[in-house]
Amino acid sequence: MIIVGEKINTSRRSISEAAEKKDAEFILMMAREQAEAGAGFIDVNAGTFLDQEVDRLCWLVETVQGGLDLPLCLDSPNPDALAEAMKRHKGEPMINSISLEPDRYRSLLPVITSRPCRVIALCMAETSMPTTVEERFTVAAELISRLTGEGIPLEKIYVDPLVQPVSVDTNMGLAVLGAIRRIMEAFPGVNTICGLSNISYGLPHRHLINRNFLAVAIASGLNAAILDPTDRQLMATLLSIELLLGRDEYCQNYIEAYENGRLVA
Amino acid sequence: MSDFKALSDAVIKGDINAAVAQTQQALEAGHNPHDVIDKGLVAGMDEVGNRFSKGQFFVPQMLRAAKTMQECMKLLHPLLKEGDVVSKGKILIGTVKGDLHDIGKNLVAMMLEGAGFEIVDLGVDVPPEKFVEKVQENRPDIVAMSALLSTTMPAMPQTITAIEKAGLRDKVKVMIGGAPVTEKYAQEIKSDGYASDAGGAVNKAKGLLGIP
Repeated sequence: MIIVGEKINTSRRSISEAAEKKDAEFILMMAREQAEAGAGFIDVNAGTFLDQEVDRLCWLVETVQGGLDLPLCLDSPNPDALAEAMKRHKGEPMINSISLEPDRYRSLLPVITSRPCRVIALCMAETSMPTTVEERFTVAAELISRLTGEGIPLEKIYVDPLVQPVSVDTNMGLAVLGAIRRIMEAFPGVNTICGLSNISYGLPHRHLINRNFLAVAIASGLNAAILDPTDRQLMATLLSIELLLGRDEYCQNYIEAYENGRLVA
Repeated sequence: MSDFKALSDAVIKGDINAAVAQTQQALEAGHNPHDVIDKGLVAGMDEVGNRFSKGQFFVPQMLRAAKTMQECMKLLHPLLKEGDVVSKGKILIGTVKGDLHDIGKNLVAMMLEGAGFEIVDLGVDVPPEKFVEKVQENRPDIVAMSALLSTTMPAMPQTITAIEKAGLRDKVKVMIGGAPVTEKYAQEIKSDGYASDAGGAVNKAKGLLGIP
């Protein structure tokens, strides 16, 4: 399971304050904490800075990579911010994200083909948000076909099936799970990724829904997730579900987490 | 009025059968359809909005209450006379240019409708020109804009400027909302109002039009 640590996002107040003051120590601490908890990528998002986003995102990239040897997930709908952040990134970043929306696709394509990177392909159609499994699959297939056509290897594409709240439509969970299954079956080698928290918007005790959603999504084939790896209950769910799906030989990861005191029941 | 309490309660609970039965009873008892709407349905939806804003109610409960009100309105609509003023005001609503997110916008539209406003929903990815055109066509009291992406927020001031240039700015109030939008941003772009959730949007719309 590939984990993208989601905590360095300026929509969180402590991160916003740190980015405002350029408090490198705090940012680096947040990055290290997530790396130690199992993150393979650190997401960086400075979207709330609006016209200063480019500057702050670049600062986040340099700050995190200045003290931590991990690739980052550069997270912005703004192509300029992504282009600048990518220039400063060491190694191969993950770009979050491209979609079929015409402006976004057109402006981001030169960025993601400019140098090697992984790319999140968000299942947003040209003029609407998909609702059914079929609609999600159609968008995913189109994105995969276009991106591989541009020379991006399948293994570097992470399809995000676009999670929508079950509070608004109780079929939204099934729509995402079905899409994950179909995408993983139809394109062996491709990755699927999603954030968890959209699923529980508008409902009480969101963590409960999020971690159960993670479990069923992994069972449906999800192999990457954007989440908070310092959430011990969530990580315990992840470890136990991987064990149940036969992906943890000799239950090694599970036992190791127990021995390190990281496994909460 | 206690006559309508059972109806309001049924709306709050989202109990369609009970609400429809209460509506029928009220009409059979000779109540004016306007009173049934105002004192029964709208009063119930007001409470739903309040509870939602306080975190006591959740999105599905809000949807269910709105659906209940809609079913009751099917009985009441044919009884309203042509030209009857039932609306608290007309609101033009849409997600701004470049943005396809509609969930928040739809929840706000639904609650405004539940509060007795007439809604003209322009959908998603609405360019400034279209807002202007529809303001000219519909003469709304309020223009409400939604954005979920920080990159599409600038379409909000662009739309306000377009409304100004068309000479319509003093004819409408403007309110905005969406995850990255803040009160501070609303002030910066000279929007008349901002709301952080669907219940808040109802209160803000009433405030802008001087409705108690």
